[in-house]
Amino acid sequence: MWAMVAKEFRQLRRDRRTVAMMIVLPVVLLVVFGYAANFDVHDIPTVVAGPGARQAAASLRPPFHVTEVDPAAGLAAARSRLQDGEAVVAVVTGGAGVHVLMDGTQLFSVETAQGALARLAAARAAGTAGAGGAGASRVTEQILYNPRLTTSWVMVPGLAGLILVFVGTLITSLGVVRERQTGTLEQLAVMPLRARDVIAGKIAPYLMVAAVDLTAIVLIGMGLFGVPFTGNVATFALGAGLFLLVTLGMGVLISTLSQNQGQAIQLSFMIMLPQVLLSGLIFPVTSMAAGVRWISYVLPLTYFIEISRGVMLKATPISALGQPLGLLALLAVVVLGLAIVRFRHDLAPSGRRSGKDAQPRDAGSEAVAA
Amino acid sequence: MTWGLDDVRVSFGRRTALDDVTVRARPAEVTIVVGGDGAGKSTCLKTLVGLVRPQAGTVRRPPKQRIGYVPATSGLYADLTVQENLDFIAGAYRLPGGQRGERERQLLERTGLAGVRARLGGQLSGGMQRKLAAALALLHAPDLLVLDEPTTGVDPVSRVELWRLISGAAAQGTAVVVATTYVNEAARAASVVLLEAGKVLASGSPDAILRAVPGAVGTAARTGAGLPGPLSWRRGAGWRVWAPGGELPAGVEPATPDFDDAVVVAELAAQAGR
Repeated sequence: MWAMVAKEFRQLRRDRRTVAMMIVLPVVLLVVFGYAANFDVHDIPTVVAGPGARQAAASLRPPFHVTEVDPAAGLAAARSRLQDGEAVVAVVTGGAGVHVLMDGTQLFSVETAQGALARLAAARAAGTAGAGGAGASRVTEQILYNPRLTTSWVMVPGLAGLILVFVGTLITSLGVVRERQTGTLEQLAVMPLRARDVIAGKIAPYLMVAAVDLTAIVLIGMGLFGVPFTGNVATFALGAGLFLLVTLGMGVLISTLSQNQGQAIQLSFMIMLPQVLLSGLIFPVTSMAAGVRWISYVLPLTYFIEISRGVMLKATPISALGQPLGLLALLAVVVLGLAIVRFRHDLAPSGRRSGKDAQPRDAGSEAVAA
Repeated sequence: MTWGLDDVRVSFGRRTALDDVTVRARPAEVTIVVGGDGAGKSTCLKTLVGLVRPQAGTVRRPPKQRIGYVPATSGLYADLTVQENLDFIAGAYRLPGGQRGERERQLLERTGLAGVRARLGGQLSGGMQRKLAAALALLHAPDLLVLDEPTTGVDPVSRVELWRLISGAAAQGTAVVVATTYVNEAARAASVVLLEAGKVLASGSPDAILRAVPGAVGTAARTGAGLPGPLSWRRGAGWRVWAPGGELPAGVEPATPDFDDAVVVAELAAQAGR
């Protein structure tokens, strides 16, 4: 038995990634997810509009965070703020009373807002008896986009992305590793192929399959859970395409960084796990501690969820999605760029360059002299 | 144009894999790099095709489009059929459709793979895989064909077919470099490089290597008379003895060394020199 134990420890010592995974990862996961896993909303972006805007804004206390006060704006303007994702709550004054609009795609924020409004109303009711102030006006609440606050409506657009993260990252992460392990990578290195052609050739087939996959998931989600698709299909397709490109590119990048399939799968999980908890799928990104929130902003799923929820549930126009679309495009460029650089290194001749004079020169790819 | 390595030195970290190695690959000739495991044969071939960067020396090779290389692992896709493997290579080298079909047919015919086009690469026997790998490397009619131990672990019949394929390529003008551990295969080459521990022990035509055997070689029928000794080795039922000074011990009959003897003597001489 001891021979076996000694052998396992020796093997483990040589497999640094597994050791890291067993010791470092649990600690990191606990700390990161502990700070991220937070349903409490302390900050609700709120716009206040209508003739009584200033007065209403002054009476709002946290969690309401007034980002804009516009006495000239009306109901339509307030609605478009919610549609564009600039605010979660809009308070519109004037007319018969105060009309509060809430973005039903932000489940936790809306629930918190409802609670806060109820407390405000109770306080006001207690106060009016004595003061008889302007707060006596009638307050009506309206939840937009997801009036019954159905969880599945919010989850399905995000889950579609998460499923693609799992399938896409894992499958493509094995791509280059497989070539390395079977010895065909050497063959590719000798063939007249450029690194970017090989990477593009690796990603393109999976991109097509993943696009079909995503379409199927969204359609099934709509059929089973009655999730509406209110927005522009082309906008959704653009966001989905960029998202898939980043996801598959990450898989290929992992593949170029791994020596075998086991390592590739380990690395894939390290990329996939954070996306489950930090992408805003379950816990609101704005509720996360600042120290871990930045991680959310480098995860493609965070932006895909913003786009898919916006387009499907709120019919958010493309003009309001410039930021997530642009950042996804940026991520795609960075991830694919890194993958190509890494892969070019794989295809380049191995062996140390030992000083300037000893570096071989390629003379028309015919004579290489050192 | 002669391809090859001139005075090439390759080291991985502190270990020197190739030390001042020269290998010439002339068109229409087969050059064989022979040596034991770890002699540096694979590194030598990888340097030639551009997979390994030399620290010193000159490498002359055609552009990538004109090189055919078969790694020791065969380098074919086990989950693609024979035909699909051919399709991939043809596409990667952008071979025009017309000439490709004819060349494919010829190569499959010569390798005896014509009947298994639809079989997966991984389901072929070891010998068939090697033959397919060689056919894939020849599909684009390269100027330089480099094969790393194509016949290791291959049955005698497949080995003959492989050599026919390789010689055929040379006959059509291709410069061929083959690494092998089998000394008897080296005897048929136009030129041989005998590699040991990263150094060239001997090189030239097999005849030239034979003529250069120093001292004398003899045979002894049985043990005794100092046999077995450090300068003797088993050959068939008897023994071969090498006398560096030319004076064979008593009871040892002088013999004409053959290529196998030449290789062993070269290694013994190198050991004596170290």
